[in-house]
Amino acid sequence: MINEKTAPALNIKDLCVAYQQEGEWWEAVHEVSLQIQPGEIYGLVGESGSGKTTLALAVLRYLGKNGMIRQGKIELSGVDLVQLQPAEMRKLWGHQMALIPQNPQSSLNPAMRVGDQIAEVYRHTQDMETGEARHKAVEMLREVNIPDPGRVTLSYPHQLSGGMQQRVLIAMALSSNPSLLILDEPTTNLDVTTQATILDLLRSLIEQRQTAALYITHNLAVVAQMCRRAGVLYAGRLVEEAFINELFARPLHPYTQGLLESMPRLGDHKDSVRLRAIEGRAPVFGDIPSGCVFRPRCPIANEICETNPPLSVLPEGRKVRCHRWEVSLNEAGRSHLPDGRSDRNTTEKHQLQPLLSLEGVSVHYPLKRSLREVVRREPKRAVRAVEGMDLKILSGQTLGLVGESGSGKSTLARATLGVVDKTAGTIELLGIQLPDKLSRRTLDTLRKVQSVFQNPEEALNPYLTVGEILQRPMMTLLGWSRQEAIGRVPDLLRAVRLPAMYAERLPTQLSGGEKQRVAIARASAAKPNLLICDEPVSALDVSVQASILNLLEDLQAEHGNSLLFISHDMAVVGFLADTIAVIYLGELVEIAETGDLFKSPYHPYTEALLSAIPGTKVESRRVAAPLVGEIPSPIEKPGGCPFHSRCPRLVGEICKRQPPPWQSQQGSSKRYLCHIPWEELQAQQGDIQGFEISRG
Amino acid sequence: MLGYSLRRLGFLLLTVLLTSVIIFSVTQWLPGDVCRIILGREAGEKALDACRQDLGLEAPLPVQYLRWLADFSGGDWGQSFSTRTDIFPLVMQRLLNSLRLAVLTLLISVPLAVGLGVLAGLNEGKLVDNLISIGSLSVVGLPEFVTGILLIQLFSFELRRWGLPSLPANSSIRPEAGFVESLPSLILPAITATLVLLAYIARLTRSGVLEEMKQSYVRTADLKGLPRHIVVVRHILPNALLPTITVIAISFGWLISGLVVIENVFNYPGLGRLLVFAIDRRDLPLMQAVALVTVVGFALANLVADLVYALLNPRIRYTEGN
Ligand code: SF4
Ligand code: SF4
Repeated sequence: MINEKTAPALNIKDLCVAYQQEGEWWEAVHEVSLQIQPGEIYGLVGESGSGKTTLALAVLRYLGKNGMIRQGKIELSGVDLVQLQPAEMRKLWGHQMALIPQNPQSSLNPAMRVGDQIAEVYRHTQDMETGEARHKAVEMLREVNIPDPGRVTLSYPHQLSGGMQQRVLIAMALSSNPSLLILDEPTTNLDVTTQATILDLLRSLIEQRQTAALYITHNLAVVAQMCRRAGVLYAGRLVEEAFINELFARPLHPYTQGLLESMPRLGDHKDSVRLRAIEGRAPVFGDIPSGCVFRPRCPIANEICETNPPLSVLPEGRKVRCHRWEVSLNEAGRSHLPDGRSDRNTTEKHQLQPLLSLEGVSVHYPLKRSLREVVRREPKRAVRAVEGMDLKILSGQTLGLVGESGSGKSTLARATLGVVDKTAGTIELLGIQLPDKLSRRTLDTLRKVQSVFQNPEEALNPYLTVGEILQRPMMTLLGWSRQEAIGRVPDLLRAVRLPAMYAERLPTQLSGGEKQRVAIARASAAKPNLLICDEPVSALDVSVQASILNLLEDLQAEHGNSLLFISHDMAVVGFLADTIAVIYLGELVEIAETGDLFKSPYHPYTEALLSAIPGTKVESRRVAAPLVGEIPSPIEKPGGCPFHSRCPRLVGEICKRQPPPWQSQQGSSKRYLCHIPWEELQAQQGDIQGFEISRG
Repeated sequence: MLGYSLRRLGFLLLTVLLTSVIIFSVTQWLPGDVCRIILGREAGEKALDACRQDLGLEAPLPVQYLRWLADFSGGDWGQSFSTRTDIFPLVMQRLLNSLRLAVLTLLISVPLAVGLGVLAGLNEGKLVDNLISIGSLSVVGLPEFVTGILLIQLFSFELRRWGLPSLPANSSIRPEAGFVESLPSLILPAITATLVLLAYIARLTRSGVLEEMKQSYVRTADLKGLPRHIVVVRHILPNALLPTITVIAISFGWLISGLVVIENVFNYPGLGRLLVFAIDRRDLPLMQAVALVTVVGFALANLVADLVYALLNPRIRYTEGN
């Protein structure tokens, strides 16, 4: 139990941290105060550039040469860390405080066995003998639920999956039982199902050990699931702090409100909800507005906001830094659209033409055989990335593709684009078979299928101006003259809500969200029939995500193009897609119109994906075992049902031996691939209990 | 690892074979008839023909090449045109000398350069770093003959003038001298070569250390509470020194055959000077022999570098050929 009366484990007071850039000092964290009790997980929410990682490093006193604590106190169990010498800090690291970092892969020494990396903590900080330290390392790995810990200690980091690597780092951080644990986006690069198990593990370990934890993340849903209290950081300022349930039920600061409303929740659909994006961009170093830092983006700002807002402390123990929070409270709320808003959905589905159909598409990558395999004449092996995929996209519709990394969703997109060769099957566009090779596709085909990828940084040529980037597809695909193409650039920019003067800029002068807009403008320049979007928002901040999703939707409403939308995020896919296909290990396991997908029964894998979303649970009438292990390698694919090695609802031998049949029922658009019949599965699963945030 | 090593070895053989073809054909394209070179300008047609017959120059080129290669592998490297002695023992003697100098140079320069580089990297921007950078840069700019002559002046002539024990200015050594006996003659040339390599290896090491210090795993190691020296020795160095190893191997190749200037300044009988001598006299068989020995030396050094690199880098050891 957390006792508010006891002295806090961590007490940060008026902390200001500055960074040096090109010879000048900029304040990255400004007058932040917060307390964390022993056993409490405190969430610190912020987008990129908000100063959250700087704050974490300041608490650890690990800022590096360009960082400096300007003022304030950081008290850990009563000792002010700001006053300590580096040598004294080194004695606290590992003993009193530990960090669980964001990128497990790069946070482990690539040239050292995992067991040695844990054991050395015991050897050098607790003076343990080598043998005993090894023994303790195995024990620690067992504690973080690593199967066969003895074998894992002998592995090198690159031989482990991301989830395993993160467990190793957790074991390392907890090995000396610190009183403060700092978690910096510890699950951000992991798959949802892995994230879910890691979060569970962290919660129980922190509770057991009564550690104080500072949980830093951009993911509001994770905060909702993990934390008791949370603070929202914007441009280095703590703009709001509250208990979790209050923060989500009644956000007071316009920025917090913006964050919550810009995030699609499970079950939100574009036909009924409009995401409210936060306009503008977060301030960068040296460009902090005077008065309230949020003023340029705030929908309710007025003259009073030109002065610095004070931090108001409200009776129920929450804090907010805004002049007009009482006003904002009334103006909050998401915009629900009136029914039947869009006319494009009035067309009956069966009247729509299929634009793209995939039949039996497989993509195998042959593996190079090692010397030994050649000598022993072992058969050639292949990565079976996509297997026997049947899919259709109707014209003007959006097909969403969900699955974890390694599920083959990106490979499928690439095969459609003609960037990888398919091994079998046919891909038809408007009834005409597409050749495999990009070079053998006609200009018109290329024009019809365009794409937007996850990382806008890599997609735009850094040496061309935005205008030149946009002219290219019109000149090459539509055969326009340069003059004509230049003439259309302002229209394109307007369509993606960028000012016309951006035509002169280089990609490096744009923010991540703006680059993605340019990428979208380029993809739509030649009026494609199909836009393939592979994780187009997953590299972007939440507030920017919303505007991109809105944009994709608007463009579709205007041009009537189809969308193949690929994401690992169920809520995002659910928001945008008309039909959702769930794929696992390269095979389609469930497909349904969006509304039907969220109704039971669900394919056991879909159920696992839905349950893994922080704050969401599928009601289970017959309790299922937890999802075990990680996605197997597509080389040694299990026979029978592809999901049987991890399935929580495994029926028995039949799942391992026999490929399951499709199950469907009258009145539902849903089909799923499983041995468990419709009614029986329905009897085991209930509804999705979405977004429960009112945890005591 | 075994598969990896075998593959590397295969590559080595291929490289050597390919360069042997090049070396062979270059000598074919050189202007002038070999026999005319051997026999001199005044030789009559008859003598020339006999000579050509003798050397097998009538046969088609591929056959000549194969014959040459077979002889070469068998240790029959032919006779030098200019000295009229067997090439094999001559080249081997010089190779041994070059190896001695190379090994001594590496023994001096590697610990010194790596040490300085690590010191500079760990103290980036501080006085030590600046001193090391300026010092090594100013040395690397000087040509070897300048540093060589300076060293001779200092450690040979000056010391002798003051009646102190001094090092020989002329490093020519008896062919049958052992390592210990030849050591005094080796020291000055080795130091000169060290000065050339020092800045190069030190700077590379420094940037390797800086690069690794930025990595997240170093932060992890620090925040585990490990003592700083453990972080440096166990975490930073094994990764930071990887690129240095490759460069050391390549330097070894250079030390064996590229020290022409240094060998000349000190009058040291190494491979480099032999090559110059051969070129001077248009002594084709000798040129070929030295060139091929050099190539094999380079390739072996690279092989060793690859293997050591793999040994230190589990990402290679455990993903390739396993
Ligand atoms: S102080 Fe003004 S500008 Fe700042 S958040 Fe409140 S209302 Fe918006
Ligand atoms: S067929 Fe069996 S293993 Fe596959 S999803 Fe259904 S119950 Fe699970």
